[in-house]
Amino acid sequence: MASTTTTVPSAGPVAGSRSFLSRLRQGDEIAHIITFLFAVSVVLVTLLLVFDLWQGSALPRHKFGFDFFRTSVWDPIFDHFGALPFIYGTLVTATVSLLIAVPLGIGAAIFLAELAPARVSDTLEFFIDLLAAVPSVIYGLLGVFIVVPLMRQYIQPALKHSFGFLPLFQGPAYGVGFLTAGIVLAIMVIPYIISVSREVLLSVPRDQREAALSLGATRWESTWKVVVPFARGGILGSIFLALARALGETMAVTMVIGNTPAISASLFSSGYSIAAVIANELTEATSNLHYQSLIELGLALFLLTFVLNGLARLLIVATSQRGAGMGNA
Amino acid sequence: MNSRLRWRKFVSGFMLAMTGVCALVSVSVLFLILGYLVFHGGTSISWNFFTKLPAPVGETGGGMANAILGSGKLLLLAALIGVPVGFFGAIYLAEFSGSTTAFVVRYAADLLNGVPSIVIGIFAYSLVVLPFKHFSTLSGGFALGLMMIPITLRSTEEFLRAVPNALREAAMALGASKSKTIATVIVPAAYRGILTAVLLAFARVAGETAPLLFTAFGNRFWSQGWNQPTAALPEMIYRYAISPYDDWHRQAWAAGLVLLGLILIINIVARAILSRGIAVPRT
Repeated sequence: MASTTTTVPSAGPVAGSRSFLSRLRQGDEIAHIITFLFAVSVVLVTLLLVFDLWQGSALPRHKFGFDFFRTSVWDPIFDHFGALPFIYGTLVTATVSLLIAVPLGIGAAIFLAELAPARVSDTLEFFIDLLAAVPSVIYGLLGVFIVVPLMRQYIQPALKHSFGFLPLFQGPAYGVGFLTAGIVLAIMVIPYIISVSREVLLSVPRDQREAALSLGATRWESTWKVVVPFARGGILGSIFLALARALGETMAVTMVIGNTPAISASLFSSGYSIAAVIANELTEATSNLHYQSLIELGLALFLLTFVLNGLARLLIVATSQRGAGMGNA
Repeated sequence: MNSRLRWRKFVSGFMLAMTGVCALVSVSVLFLILGYLVFHGGTSISWNFFTKLPAPVGETGGGMANAILGSGKLLLLAALIGVPVGFFGAIYLAEFSGSTTAFVVRYAADLLNGVPSIVIGIFAYSLVVLPFKHFSTLSGGFALGLMMIPITLRSTEEFLRAVPNALREAAMALGASKSKTIATVIVPAAYRGILTAVLLAFARVAGETAPLLFTAFGNRFWSQGWNQPTAALPEMIYRYAISPYDDWHRQAWAAGLVLLGLILIINIVARAILSRGIAVPRT
């Protein structure tokens, strides 16, 4: 991508020799100004969004300070708000989802980039792209009616039977909860990991593979010990993208996490996530402090995804350029 | 062949087979989703689903005509905001801007693209719903339009940049002004790509639910105007799926099938348009 970008030649000497009026008549200046206004509006809207979140969360920021993120009492009646259960729920579900999605996604990406013939790889990638286009509420729908009953009747009892001695898999199996939300999230983020990792793996120069194979490595050894380490940064980037997506996901999580503000070591128990509590309570906030506390949660979510997306982009671009640079050399 | 080598070959074959299994599992999810939706939703889709209002609680039947119309109105508004800003912004980035402004605009667009949809919902709520003091179609369209901007902008810019410089130079050498070059040469050369970008952005926001919860809000009747709350398909799926009524669950499946069908068709059409080839060689 980066290698195909072309710089537009500036109309330097020509523009200078014509008067402003004649350029105006030809419409260049007008077109410039109009398109500039549209482009700048994007920046303004983004700044306004950040400002709005910051200003809208002034009350709880002053009243609770950092305790907002450390205390776990969320009580609209006595106007005391601590966000720990939501942060806990968000982090736990995101972790579970990555534990499932990362091996599956990277495995699939390796297959698509290294093994499958180009035509098969492109066809499968087409399906993966379609999968990425499935809206989250559909995942929620399937989560509620397919995954939850499945978890309650088969998977959770089985896990309890085999690993019940771990605190992770104790307590009653309701079906809804951290584990279910994590699994649904995993299904949602896998396409992101696959698409980006595949791109990054494909950008690894051919010489790397050939060098490893010529030294007597098996196909898997050349892939796992040479190609994947070469693309390490970009793959990490794809994981960050997936994490950002998992943290901010609302509908699917709201529908299967159980919506109980509790912290529990068991993955079977129901919990709550940041996005879910905003979705459920924002329009029903009882007091101004309640409303603004929810906005502060939104601000926290925004900052988290902002940092993760930025890191991901840096890593992906750096890795692709490394591949391109060596390929051209 | 010694045993060490045999072991290494076995590991290689096994692990590569496992990656194939990973790919198969990941792709099969799409077909599982489609299968379940057709199985559960297919039987509930009828003429009534598209033409009737939701039935009162306890009565079976009824449809989602208001939600379908509502989604249409919301998407129209979203397109009115997202397409012009994305399109003209992209022209500025690809044809006019210096590198600093371009960096700032691109950065802002990427930032906006990464904002979780629920946060966009909060923004639209505090910016449009609170001042007007009620939920409205307008605020929902605003939220969706905001989400369309960065997607349209970034991909349109990519396609404009893919137009070879030779075309620009040829047009200018014939004496065309820059704006004339853009309007008659560059945009037509990239129009398939731009159309694809717009369609994909459209498909992406068509399924968004989270920002609509605080803005369009939902409505069990026809929406009475642009400043009144309205139902939308994704929002109805959510409310019906978490309800306790069997008949509503049936309708949620049907709505899910309609929504997903629509989104997948737009996606496939968009990609088909692109693969017919932009008349532009890539170098």
